[in-house]
Amino acid sequence: MSTPLKRDEAFLQFLLRMGDNTLILGHRVSEWCGHAPVLEEDIALANTALDLIGQTQFWLGLAGEVQGEGKSADDIAFLRDVWDFRNLLLVEVPNGDFGHTLMRQFLFDAWHSIQLGRLLKSSDARVAAIAEKTAKEVAYHLERSADTVVGLGDGSEESRRRMQEALDYLWPYVGEMFQSDDVDAAMVAAGIAPDPASLRDEYDALISRVLAGATLTIPDSRFGHKGGRTGKMHTEHLGHLLTQMQWLQRAYPGANW
Amino acid sequence: MYAQMVQSTGKGVKSSEDMTPEERAFQARIDAGEKIEPKDWMPPAYRKNLIRQIGQHAHSEIVGQLPEGNWITRAPTLERKAILLAKVQDEAGHGLYLYCAAETLGVSRDDLTEMLLDGRMKYSSIFNYPTLNWSDIGAVGWLVDGAAIINQVPLQRTSFGPYARAMVRVCKEESFHARQGFDAIRKMADGTPAQKRMAQDSLNRLWFPALMMFGPPDKDSPHSAQSMAWKIKMNTNDELRQKFVDQTVPQIEFLGLDLPDSGIQWNEEHGHYDYTDPDWSEFFDVLKGNGPCNVDRLAARNKAWDDGKWVRDGLMAHAKKKAAAKVAAE
Ligand SMILES: [Fe+2]
Ligand SMILES: [Fe+2]
Ligand SMILES: [Fe+2]
Repeated sequence: MSTPLKRDEAFLQFLLRMGDNTLILGHRVSEWCGHAPVLEEDIALANTALDLIGQTQFWLGLAGEVQGEGKSADDIAFLRDVWDFRNLLLVEVPNGDFGHTLMRQFLFDAWHSIQLGRLLKSSDARVAAIAEKTAKEVAYHLERSADTVVGLGDGSEESRRRMQEALDYLWPYVGEMFQSDDVDAAMVAAGIAPDPASLRDEYDALISRVLAGATLTIPDSRFGHKGGRTGKMHTEHLGHLLTQMQWLQRAYPGANW
Repeated sequence: MYAQMVQSTGKGVKSSEDMTPEERAFQARIDAGEKIEPKDWMPPAYRKNLIRQIGQHAHSEIVGQLPEGNWITRAPTLERKAILLAKVQDEAGHGLYLYCAAETLGVSRDDLTEMLLDGRMKYSSIFNYPTLNWSDIGAVGWLVDGAAIINQVPLQRTSFGPYARAMVRVCKEESFHARQGFDAIRKMADGTPAQKRMAQDSLNRLWFPALMMFGPPDKDSPHSAQSMAWKIKMNTNDELRQKFVDQTVPQIEFLGLDLPDSGIQWNEEHGHYDYTDPDWSEFFDVLKGNGPCNVDRLAARNKAWDDGKWVRDGLMAHAKKKAAAKVAAE
């Protein structure tokens, strides 16, 4: 039997989950820079990545404050190893083609927008303030990714096939967003954040509506990979991502950039 | 600069007597400082030159995303990553306004893109050089955007209205980029010995390619006279290059970096810095496709375009379905 988590320990884990999601997804999206199918998408992807990195600064900045060891958002982003990351597996999987990237974005944005909606009512004023600052950006991300998923799903035969493949591949990573553990229990008890499981109905309704418009079929299986948000078992991909992201900070410790 | 060696279509500047009445009236409007708008009559050669110049400028913004994008995933802090993302996003936006300006002349963005991809149209030589250490990102903002500003500020007064207006918006953002670039390299120059070494390496490697951005020396630049008469080029290559050197040398000194050219020296008599010319044979090699990154840059753009075809086609098919459904509902 484990003893219940102390409130601040759980709070830190919660903040890392929020900030690592935006950090890792922001990194993945930024890999597209200069390689998108059309100029407007290059601009939109850079904009999404930029928003996510900005949000990371808020979440990881607050994580450093709560942790109380004098660490900055940068220290937390650039100086932890794989086992300390708390992002969903969904956001660390490689970009694949543009369809995979946009489908992943949509599946994440749908969860993210609902989550931020709940966090507006957080008992912690700092969390509520971050939700307030970021919810508009995320609503826009969702609008864009949903429109693109519909456009490509209900597009040509090839685009439909590719979008269905993307959904089939990514679907097993969706369930992790709704798994609850003792960190979540402590957050619910403190009124800081909702129980992840409580978001599922709203999420299913939202994505069913959009994916129906996209003429895509949601796979039957509810099987979900897990291990990202708890840090128990990431994919092999995260380590490679970190070798790039953290390289300068690791190679030249103590430098100011 | 972003448009170097734009092949002129004219055979030198016509004298007033040799002009048709239409051409004479057109030249008179330009001489009076009037803006030419897309619906106005213009000599076919003016249109053709402008399409080439604006197209090359647009392509430069687009290809220019690649050397900077090369460091986005390795940016050393969240703030630096955000600044770089915002900059690259701006550059793509510049490409977009410039393609729109070119489209007012009766060419489509897709046609211009195809011409870039198959090598019929060029982009600035500078983007065929690699970015090899983090300090290059500072140096690109400081030197490359800095050189772009020197070229583009006068183009805000260019004779073609849509181009002039695009330049006003672009220049504002370019000055922001140049300041941020200087700030980034300053951090490096003031940093640890390893960082200072990176800053010096960037400056040494990018200095001459930056000077090449202004195009060949005036004596080898036969296309300028007509473009200047039409006010689609406002200053000569050498004038702008000198301005860049004069502006940048004190900044190098301020950073405490060594000068990248032992020939740089204040010339009391001329009131300018003397400097060593870049190796023009290298410049012509780069233009011919033999720069260090030409093949990779074009391959990256071609891959993005080819891989993206299904996306463009899919979105087009969707738009057609929607339009058809709307008609059916009416
Ligand atoms: Fe630009
Ligand atoms: Fe430019
Ligand atoms: Fe710029």
